[in-house]
Amino acid sequence: MSTTSLEAPATTPAFQQVSLARKVKNGFATTLVWFSFVIAVVPLVWVLYTVVVNGIKRLPYSNWWTEDFGDVLSDEVGGGVVHAIIGSLLQGLVCAIIAVPIGMLVAIYLVEYGRGKLARATTFMVDILSGVPSIVAALFIYALWITTLGLPRSGFAVSLSLVLLMIPVVVRSSEEMLRIVPDDLREASYALGVPKWKTIMKIVVPTALSGIVGGVMMALARVMGETAPLLVLVGYSAYTNWDIFHGEQAALPLLMNNERVSNPMDPGSVGFDRIWGAALTLVLIIALINLLATVFARLVAPKKK
Amino acid sequence: MKIMRPLSAVGIVASAALVLAACGTDPAASNSSGSSSAAAPAATETADVQCGGKSPLSAEGSSAQKNAIDIFTQQYTKKCAGQQVNYNPSGSGAGIKQFNANQIDFGGSDSPIKDADAAAAKARCASDAWNIPLVVGPIAVAYKLSGVDKLTLTPAVTAKIFSGGITKWNDPAIKAVKGNESLNLPDKAIQVVSRSDESGTTDNFQKYLAAAAKADWTKGAGKKFNGGVGNGAQGSNGVATAVKASDGGITYVEGAFAKDGLTPALIDSGSGGVELTSQNVAKSLDAAKFLKDGTNDLALDLNGIYASNTPGAYPLLLTTYEIVCSKYANPDVAKAVKAFLTVAATAGQQPLSAKGYVPIPQSLQSKVLTAVKAIS
Amino acid sequence: MSESSSTRTPTGDPGGRSSSVTTPPEVPISEQPASTAAPQPPASEKPKKVRPGDRIFQNLTTGAGIFVVGLIGLIGLFLLIQAIPALKANKADFLTNHGWSTSDPANMAFGILDLLEVTVATSLVALVIAMPVSLGIALFLTQYAPPRLARPFAYVIDLLAAVPSIIFGLWGILVFAPTIEPFAQWINETFSWFPLLAPGNVAPSVRGTIFTAGIVLAVMILPIITSLSREVFERTPTPHIEGALALGATRWEVIRTTVLPFGKAGYVGASMLGLGRALGETIALAVILLIPQGKNFDWSLFDGGATFASKIAANYSEFNNEVSAGAYIAAGLVLFVLTFLVNFAARAVIGKKGE
Repeated sequence: MSTTSLEAPATTPAFQQVSLARKVKNGFATTLVWFSFVIAVVPLVWVLYTVVVNGIKRLPYSNWWTEDFGDVLSDEVGGGVVHAIIGSLLQGLVCAIIAVPIGMLVAIYLVEYGRGKLARATTFMVDILSGVPSIVAALFIYALWITTLGLPRSGFAVSLSLVLLMIPVVVRSSEEMLRIVPDDLREASYALGVPKWKTIMKIVVPTALSGIVGGVMMALARVMGETAPLLVLVGYSAYTNWDIFHGEQAALPLLMNNERVSNPMDPGSVGFDRIWGAALTLVLIIALINLLATVFARLVAPKKK
Repeated sequence: MKIMRPLSAVGIVASAALVLAACGTDPAASNSSGSSSAAAPAATETADVQCGGKSPLSAEGSSAQKNAIDIFTQQYTKKCAGQQVNYNPSGSGAGIKQFNANQIDFGGSDSPIKDADAAAAKARCASDAWNIPLVVGPIAVAYKLSGVDKLTLTPAVTAKIFSGGITKWNDPAIKAVKGNESLNLPDKAIQVVSRSDESGTTDNFQKYLAAAAKADWTKGAGKKFNGGVGNGAQGSNGVATAVKASDGGITYVEGAFAKDGLTPALIDSGSGGVELTSQNVAKSLDAAKFLKDGTNDLALDLNGIYASNTPGAYPLLLTTYEIVCSKYANPDVAKAVKAFLTVAATAGQQPLSAKGYVPIPQSLQSKVLTAVKAIS
Repeated sequence: MSESSSTRTPTGDPGGRSSSVTTPPEVPISEQPASTAAPQPPASEKPKKVRPGDRIFQNLTTGAGIFVVGLIGLIGLFLLIQAIPALKANKADFLTNHGWSTSDPANMAFGILDLLEVTVATSLVALVIAMPVSLGIALFLTQYAPPRLARPFAYVIDLLAAVPSIIFGLWGILVFAPTIEPFAQWINETFSWFPLLAPGNVAPSVRGTIFTAGIVLAVMILPIITSLSREVFERTPTPHIEGALALGATRWEVIRTTVLPFGKAGYVGASMLGLGRALGETIALAVILLIPQGKNFDWSLFDGGATFASKIAANYSEFNNEVSAGAYIAAGLVLFVLTFLVNFAARAVIGKKGE
């Protein structure tokens, strides 16, 4: 369709001077485009600067990383966020354990088996699922887990709602990686009489593995920053709780919200140091996971032919 | 937490299983409590604490007493090493519901349980459920107005401000309050800030206005603010932050938050302006009556306090109750609850004043200890 | 989506694309169900002798697919079931009432009109700001940025998506809002004759308003619009671009005649996905927006209020009885339907391009 519009400049002779109006327009567009990039970088730098400057105060102390707030009063300096780190990691991990196999199976289905109505419906539903707001996912689990099944609020309920958010991301990234795997590999395997499922598990998936793992870890980092499901599905505990199925369990975003609502945060106060310290910790953990994802992708890089 | 110390932050995940196992054996180490119980803290009355029982105790409810429970827990852990309490400040309603659903060991509530809730609690306990008042906190009518550092308000003026009847700081009605004559009140709009979430503070504040300024507060009580003016913000810290952000703001908030730029107003119930201090609040409490006299259910009659005009008594306060079973099905739970409440009523009370709460007066304390002793 | 940029190895430069990717250079979201690999082995055999391992594996993956398809229906179903008792107990009209009173389960009167209006207003503000900026960024990354820097720059934009929304919220209300307060005040005072910029219902505060929230939200949806648009723009057929260049077009003319026409549908679809994200954003808005008491939203950007999501999140402590919780679940159901429709439309727009 774009070929018709190309005919216009073709009528002018080659090597003609570019007219001033066109130059100005081009320059204007260039400026705008550069400007919009700068505009996007400003808030990023600003947010990160705020988090680092406000949050750095408590982080160098070892107790920040090894203690919880269980025995520390809300305006008492001391304690740490290990309870929230543990909660965040556990909930993220359990979520990944459930979401990754499902997501990968769906991706394999879409790439290797899927055709017809069901495949189209699956692709469509994965897209829709990726647009489901986290608060809706949380309400769904609330309606299912807590009201219908009558189970208590827990870190596991949070994990379940995160699963809904993670599955579409895992499916998308895995699907993309699986599609990149060259068909030659599959055909070579079939030619040797290897069953299809073995081909997929032994040839296709391993080839795409690094990319898949990268995608999974990025998805993990994404869901660990979610706050809405935590509010609805688990209570905050200032103590370390390793049991994801029972009792209250902290997580970094939940801790931040808890401090926000209940602890004065004038600059310099304990609440201020805690909330921004937790923010910086969360950003660092997410950055670390992203970094690991990249490193892992490099280490287990696909066997290039 | 001691078990966590050797772990580096990075190795935590890998050692999850290991520490889980360690947690299971933790309570056995309670023989180390001897050293801490020797140091008897300063309290109006001391009581024997029988350590042991379930740990961690699970509790949930009013967020107004969150900081107090933190202190109680700290004292409790000091007294009974290894014993923990998880308190989830999800609101009084949630506390009562979870208690009645047998999900937690005791609930925390801004108002005593009654009616259907009390019946459900009785069914859950298979015995009477009691309201034990342990935390008393004043509510401040706190404002931010540059140049004005000592404002006195009567219940009537307060009611008018929070229902939109008075909208400017230089309103003659404010000026007319005894103590404000010399103030230089600006021609500025009053920005009322209230809680946007349900809260016991709102409930008590509105009950207070309804009791002390019947003619001027017709909006009723309830956990949602009914005044219909100003803005709402979430949580005590939310309202405090919102008022600090703008000159001319006013809100009602737990005493502990009325600092760092927020000033609590003096309250004049008819006998002169009374400052928000521990002594003045205690004076109000001394005159308090119980709803069910002569039982261990210690629900207080707050309306009497709200409407009184005792000189020098600060009437605007909030009590939170621990909702407990008089007889627990599990003796382990009963033991831990008794130990915790005993510590809370004794060693836990004095440190409260540093957090904007008021230690319960001796008369109430002895009643509380009698009730706690009767729990089984 | 955004994850792909840093992990995908071969597709980055246009040169390497042809060798590895089997799909035509079209939008990836569209359905290519029968992947080239799938039909080959069984089709060439004579009698179909499916090995048990194959059958189990295929059933397993198909089951996962069916599970995902059913999931959306389950979400809608469960929300509906839980919402019905509350809707039955509702004494006000759910769709047209402004107020929200659910404290007393026996006497509930709640409606979503105010929530709906605030949600739409906030999201539209965000979209109006984010759309042109993301278009600029996507063009910058695909057409202007030095090739060596394009990927790091894209990574920087993706980083925005990695910042948890509660941090955006805190930054928005504690740092950003006070900074732009003088500017907001100036706009508010100067253009107060214009209904959209009239004094708001949380006045005199101009911090916790839809204005502030919309800008912060715009920053939050930038990455999703950018990364999807970028993906589409990158797929502009190289011959088209080279053709335009050969005809002496300036860079802007190349974009106008090849990249934009090619990527328009993708860009519009991406923006709608951004809208979907904005509609459902929760905690950042709960942190930023002030809630007016006794006043409804009046279509001023300087109003405060609550969106569906922020209302639910801020009142989680009210989930203490099933009926009251049902009212919030009903609000969540409306949000679910709303985002479903927006996402549906977005996919339809993008999908059409793929045909």
